[in-house]
Amino acid sequence: MAVCIAVIAKENYPLYIRSVPTQGELKFHYTVHTSLDVVEEKISGVGKALADQRELYLGLLYPTEDYKVYGYVTNSKVKFVIVVDSSNTSLRDNEIRSMFRKLHNSFTDVMCNPFYNPGDPIQSKAFDSIVSTMMVQAF
Amino acid sequence: MDQGSAAGTGGTFISLSDTEQRCFSGLYALCQPDSSGKLAAGKVAELFRASQLPAETLHQVTEVCGAKRLGYFGCGQFYVALKLMAAAQTGLPVRLESVAGELPLPVFIGITNEHEMRYPNHPSTNEIQAHILGSLPGSAPHPPADRAVLRHPDTSMDKQEAWSPPRSPGISPPRSPSAYRSYPYAAQRNGTDTLLVYDGKVAGRPSIPQENSSPSHYSLKVQSEQPVITRVASVERLVERAEMDYSDDPWRITEEQREYYTNQFRSLQPDLNALIMGTVAKNFFTKSKLPIPELSHIWELSDVDKDGALTFPEFCTAFHLIVARKNGYLIPETLPATLRPGFMETGVVTAPPSEATEPLIVFDDHTMPGANQLEMGSVDLQMTSRPGVTAKQDTRDESRKPEEFSPKRIPDPHEKPIQRVSTLKPDSPQELDANMKSRTRPRSYSSTSIDDAMKKVEEPPTPPPRPQKTHSRASSLDLNKLFQQSAQGAKSGWLPRPPALPPRPPATQIFSFLPGSEKSSQKAVQQPNFADFSKFSEEQESSVRGGLSTEDLAPPKSDSTLRHQGHTPQKPVRRKLHPESQSATPPLATPCSAATLTKSTQRPPPKQKREIQMAIRKNRETNAVLTRLNSELQQQLKVVHRERVTLESQLELLRPVTST
Repeated sequence: MAVCIAVIAKENYPLYIRSVPTQGELKFHYTVHTSLDVVEEKISGVGKALADQRELYLGLLYPTEDYKVYGYVTNSKVKFVIVVDSSNTSLRDNEIRSMFRKLHNSFTDVMCNPFYNPGDPIQSKAFDSIVSTMMVQAF
Repeated sequence: MDQGSAAGTGGTFISLSDTEQRCFSGLYALCQPDSSGKLAAGKVAELFRASQLPAETLHQVTEVCGAKRLGYFGCGQFYVALKLMAAAQTGLPVRLESVAGELPLPVFIGITNEHEMRYPNHPSTNEIQAHILGSLPGSAPHPPADRAVLRHPDTSMDKQEAWSPPRSPGISPPRSPSAYRSYPYAAQRNGTDTLLVYDGKVAGRPSIPQENSSPSHYSLKVQSEQPVITRVASVERLVERAEMDYSDDPWRITEEQREYYTNQFRSLQPDLNALIMGTVAKNFFTKSKLPIPELSHIWELSDVDKDGALTFPEFCTAFHLIVARKNGYLIPETLPATLRPGFMETGVVTAPPSEATEPLIVFDDHTMPGANQLEMGSVDLQMTSRPGVTAKQDTRDESRKPEEFSPKRIPDPHEKPIQRVSTLKPDSPQELDANMKSRTRPRSYSSTSIDDAMKKVEEPPTPPPRPQKTHSRASSLDLNKLFQQSAQGAKSGWLPRPPALPPRPPATQIFSFLPGSEKSSQKAVQQPNFADFSKFSEEQESSVRGGLSTEDLAPPKSDSTLRHQGHTPQKPVRRKLHPESQSATPPLATPCSAATLTKSTQRPPPKQKREIQMAIRKNRETNAVLTRLNSELQQQLKVVHRERVTLESQLELLRPVTST
């Protein structure tokens, strides 16, 4: 269960960002922003290989004492970032992968909608609902 | 006073039509005017928000109508504001010149106007208005005033109360269509506008039970439907009209609506079974003037296969949702069951053709000459006559007996599934294409493609029984038969039964069958039921054979026996047969079919023959579809193989690199 999920466009501006304790949003926004550097580093690392050989799932970007940040990048350089609570140790890698896969599918559905202009903030309710299922349930 | 200020606002007189008067007066009353005629600001704000215009537009409206200057909404400002909002909703700029012409009524979502409900029945407020109209200074000529006054002298109710059916300064509500035509904006819209505005008013009140109003409004709807259908640009008004028939459930598509959607679909894409591309649909739906986020949400709901394009059922769903939204129903978070594409088809499947005759007979009782056509079992005729019949039926009904129409509407929901049977049956062969894709894809070789996953999503909505029939055929027989281009041969009279029967040909009877290649194998399939028939065909074939070259017959015949013994598909064997059989079958087909048909009329009961013919036609269509499908699949297979090869080679190249 994530505490923050973000979708960042190719030009590194956010298309969608949502965090669960909505008051502490700024911290998560900052975290996501700094994680972009790590993402860039990872995707530029496999320079000589063809783009589609690169793994979409980037794995753990960096851990802090409070939380862990995972990254995923699509072939069109759209980045998904998930921040999970460090105390939530039960989350396995596969689960994170499946979360990213769901996000990616939901994102492509949003893209298929002709009323969505790429580059616009994502306002799709379906996407929101998918994200909600993945977020930590607020109590 | 209000009138003076309002008149001074623009210096022009704002003319309101009769219906607009009524609508506006209702809205005015809704906004709780106090004794001096000022409106409650909260209510006005609520109403403005319900108009769904962006905030800047609303500010503009407030400014232009003069309320900003005055600091409150008086009657005059309110009316001007309503007109401006109507103008804004149709896309015109928010200026007083815009409201000089004819406009549809402003649409307010979620505001119920019980006052307006009464208006069609009790034009009392109209007279009140007219009465006050006489007292207003500086008004334009009031032809309707005289008329209204003549109606009911019921107007002398307290003047203060008379304010609540509000007055608009400078109102000259011209009733006649000719007066409408004089307005520059009305140049295009003319007589239909009266109907449209009237419809619009009705449509603006979703809470009204439709049964009362539907018969009377139905006439308006039908008359106005024809000219307006041609104007795709005025989708919003068409939307209002299409709302008319929510007899039971707003999320159910009625026949008229479906007909209308079909026409609209055809205007975008002539082939009913093809897809409308996303951009095309976007442009079309944007004309409905709904805000983009809502359209986006509607798209999300209706594009069930998530392919960025709309099939015909998806298009109907989307259009229906737009209609509902325009009429005030909020779009649900998930698609209602009645709007799902699968719903339509399950309704189709569960209604066997026998049921179709009953409601059609109902139409016959009401002397629908066109309905006689409907009784024919022919699918194609049903498809074409259905729209014509409904249109005829509609006009005739409303002209004669409106109340009779309401009992007929009860068979309508029943008819809907049946009509969908008819409308969908021609779709079915082509739909089989999509269904086949969804069914055969998992079994196809290209199971790793993304398309496959997408098509799998298609599977849930498809109707189970129909494709399953072909499904079973495809798995065992047809695909192989299609390799040999069996479509032409299928035209022979040798396909007696739809492919539901177990493919277990009794060996003895098969041998005596004609070398119709695959056709005879199919006949063999249906052996059990058509024993007599086969005997006739044998006899016929034996007699016919004399007239035909024996060389043609002999080799295919022997091979066919071989084939039938091993009934499981043997592709190489059949392929060999193909060139021979193809030459053999056409000459055989025609004389034999003629012979068999003559025989068949004598001995087997005539209805079997009809069934046979129907089955023949169906099978023909199925075969054609499956042929196409097969060729497509073959191509895709080739492509995927190529891709796979390239990917594997790439992988091989990179393997040493990645391992380091």
